[in-house]
Amino acid sequence: MAKIHVTTEINGDPVEFLCEPEQTLLDVLRDELYLTGSKEGCGSGDCGACSVTLDGRLVCSCLVLGAEAEGKRVETIEGMADGDRLHPLQQKFLEHAALQCGVCTPGFLVAAKALLEKNPDPSETEVRYWLAGNLCRCTGYDKIVRAVLDTASDMRGS
Amino acid sequence: MATALKFDKPEGDYQWIGTRPLRPDGVDKVTGRAKFGADMALPDMLVGKVLRSPHPHARIKKIDTSKAEALPGVKAVVTAVDFKELPHELSLAGEMPINYRDVGRNVMARDKALYEGHAVAAVAATSASIARKALKLIEVDYEVLPHVIEVMDAVKDGAPILHEDLITVGVEPAPTKASNVAKRVEFAIGDIDKGFAEADVVVERTFDTKPVHQAYIEPHACVASVSEDGQAELFVSTQGHFIVRAHCAKLLGMDIAKIRVTAAEIGGGFGGKTVVYLEPVALMLSKKACRPVKMQMSREEVFKATGPTSGAHMRIKIGATRDGRITAGEAELYYQAGAFPGGPIGPGAMCAFAPYDLENVKTVGFDIVTNRPKVAAYRAPGAPISEYAVESVVDEIAKTLEIDPVELRLKNAAKEGTRTAYGPKFGKVGLVQTLEAAKAHEHYNTPLGPNQGRGVASGFWFNIGGETSATININDDGTITLIQGTPDIGGSRASNAMMAAEAFGIDYDKVRPIVGDTSALGFTFLTGGSRATLANGVTTREAANNAITEMCKRAAKMWEIPEDAVKWENGHALPAGDNAGKFEPLSMAQIAKMAPKTGGPIAGHAHINVQGAGPSFGTHIVDVEVDKETGKVDILRYTVIQDAGRAVHPSYVEGQYQGGAVQGIGWALNEEYIYGEDGKLQNAGFLDYRIPVASDVPMIDTVIVECTNPSHPYGVRGVGETPIVPPMAAISNAIEQATGIRFTELPMSPPKVLKALDEANGG
Repeated sequence: MAKIHVTTEINGDPVEFLCEPEQTLLDVLRDELYLTGSKEGCGSGDCGACSVTLDGRLVCSCLVLGAEAEGKRVETIEGMADGDRLHPLQQKFLEHAALQCGVCTPGFLVAAKALLEKNPDPSETEVRYWLAGNLCRCTGYDKIVRAVLDTASDMRGS
Repeated sequence: MATALKFDKPEGDYQWIGTRPLRPDGVDKVTGRAKFGADMALPDMLVGKVLRSPHPHARIKKIDTSKAEALPGVKAVVTAVDFKELPHELSLAGEMPINYRDVGRNVMARDKALYEGHAVAAVAATSASIARKALKLIEVDYEVLPHVIEVMDAVKDGAPILHEDLITVGVEPAPTKASNVAKRVEFAIGDIDKGFAEADVVVERTFDTKPVHQAYIEPHACVASVSEDGQAELFVSTQGHFIVRAHCAKLLGMDIAKIRVTAAEIGGGFGGKTVVYLEPVALMLSKKACRPVKMQMSREEVFKATGPTSGAHMRIKIGATRDGRITAGEAELYYQAGAFPGGPIGPGAMCAFAPYDLENVKTVGFDIVTNRPKVAAYRAPGAPISEYAVESVVDEIAKTLEIDPVELRLKNAAKEGTRTAYGPKFGKVGLVQTLEAAKAHEHYNTPLGPNQGRGVASGFWFNIGGETSATININDDGTITLIQGTPDIGGSRASNAMMAAEAFGIDYDKVRPIVGDTSALGFTFLTGGSRATLANGVTTREAANNAITEMCKRAAKMWEIPEDAVKWENGHALPAGDNAGKFEPLSMAQIAKMAPKTGGPIAGHAHINVQGAGPSFGTHIVDVEVDKETGKVDILRYTVIQDAGRAVHPSYVEGQYQGGAVQGIGWALNEEYIYGEDGKLQNAGFLDYRIPVASDVPMIDTVIVECTNPSHPYGVRGVGETPIVPPMAAISNAIEQATGIRFTELPMSPPKVLKALDEANGG
């Protein structure tokens, strides 16, 4: 079957790619564009390791077809830092030791950024429910939730 | 928030140990730059995929791969005939003994498929879609056989037999007939009959637990590349790349020196990435195709074909006097091994009563094969299962005798000099300190509300040392490259760099720690057994001492004074003795800069079989609330108290405590392998195999007890495994307090809790 030509924007840059009709956006990011920061933990939308935003909306890129990125704005973990300046969430995750193996971390960061853009002052419960779609098997979530709350507090202060 | 209790004064204050610097690999992991198993791509790379048995038990009569091989884009197909059958022999590797005949047959089924998901063939093709099409073209002629899934069904007369040559080991006289019981183990001290006769109260209960998966978020993945002259490179997510190399060399009949394994960043393992699945297959496909091959499992494959830990059936009997002295403990343990022998029954039986100082103990264990995936190590393999059952009965004894459960444990706690049922006496251990800390903790003394209960349980794990290498290269600007051989699964680069900075007396950021590949460093056993920080501490200190000795020699040369007239302090060589004060101290940068003129490059190495692991104890406190309408159990509050020996980087020690506790919460309340009558797994995905999510749990408080390990240069014991041991019993004990019902089966999921509540109400 012929490949589909897609024109899109990824992390602010114009991007064109060819994909097979059944290829997911996650497959395209990882296998065609070598943006391997988004991870595949399940392929069924249950773990959130592949979280990206599509026109600002948080999605599991394993549940989106590559072809659906046509004309959309995609943001991935690779676009989160500003040059050599980490996003405050990235910095707080390091300071709070909010990662152990780190494979779920890109997904958590993308999801947490989407939360703080929507709700700059979330309660602990709101953070826990927003991040309930992101699985972490190492940390028990304690330090992740603290890092997000601490970032929110800092960002409100600045 | 975390608090630290210090029961021992360190020998001298530390500059780095006990502080919380940022981890050296941190930025890579928050930016997506870090390369995990599936993140590697090589030019001309093929995609490898595995064909798996749809049957839980079937004889493989014939495999026809000709149609798959003829499909354009298919570059290689392998089945068991491509691998040489290995002899039946036991080798020590990983946290469990390895039988290479079985490892080979697990990697690729030979004459029989022994579980749903068992690999029967594999292909490498130019794209994933072609590889998938090729799998469908492979014709396997199966003779479907009766299967057995549950452990107690497998020991019944007339049960389907998995291995026609399996004769139970450890039984005298040896049975003459094959069975599914691979092994019997027994550990005993004293006389339990005498002990039970002395008891005022005896409680005997049976317990059942289900297999649970390690459920690391990163599925198994690797890239293999074998060149035309037989040199192999392997990039793989593993807890031990030296172990992968050893297994692959054995299974493929290759020289070890011809296989170079690079450890990818590893996306969780918890014991599950200590064995091989895809790696030998990827190497064989690459060898046949003469192109690089990448393989990665789907989540379904991870659940169906890689090791969970055992499910078990257990009988526990404990006797105690009226004043709370335990007089005897007996355990009979039946652990599932999955399709091949070698479940964690040994450690399960050894750990069962380890938290107690008992005169009379007998534990008997059985290793039993069933038509399920072969179990792999999971965090303190075997211990959480038996200790769950024992800690439940101990709680019942406390409640029967109306003694506070922490007091009862204190009365019987293992301490220095306690003889274990498995032989050795404990040296210095910190169980009593964790219990005292629990008793004094505000959590333990806070009132509870209606439908709420509080539970306590203790846990034990051995911890291990093992073969470990380290290299420290002194760069010509005085900075250090530290090469470790254990994959960094949760911050070990940080703790290792801290211990190196401490040894030299230099800044943490002058040390760059890396994980070396298998050709860069001497053999190093895997990251497991809670050994990485402990063992690397020993080798890093030794390698640093060697480098320091050499730098002192170079300084002596530069000053033209005797070698023994130089000492090392705070990152500098100083003239000592009669020469004290005669020369300005030399920094590492000054010494390294002159290295070409004083004898060449400076490095320190260490290759040690590390001994002196420090046994680890923890005590957990949990508050639950039981919803009497739905049977759902909520975790309201949780406190982990554990002896770390010494917490090198307290944040990552807390992280181990918190993560282990939450895995235990999942094991206690939700997680289980669910099989149909057809012997097929019904919940092979994260939607139906539900691990805890952020909204399921509260903050997990931690108390780090530091009862230092006298055998370690920095007092380290190892912390990773013990935290998963106490949660199941602590939660069960809390539910008992909330409902009056003693649960003896895991998981305590809402339907089971609701049923028990209805029955208790006469419903």
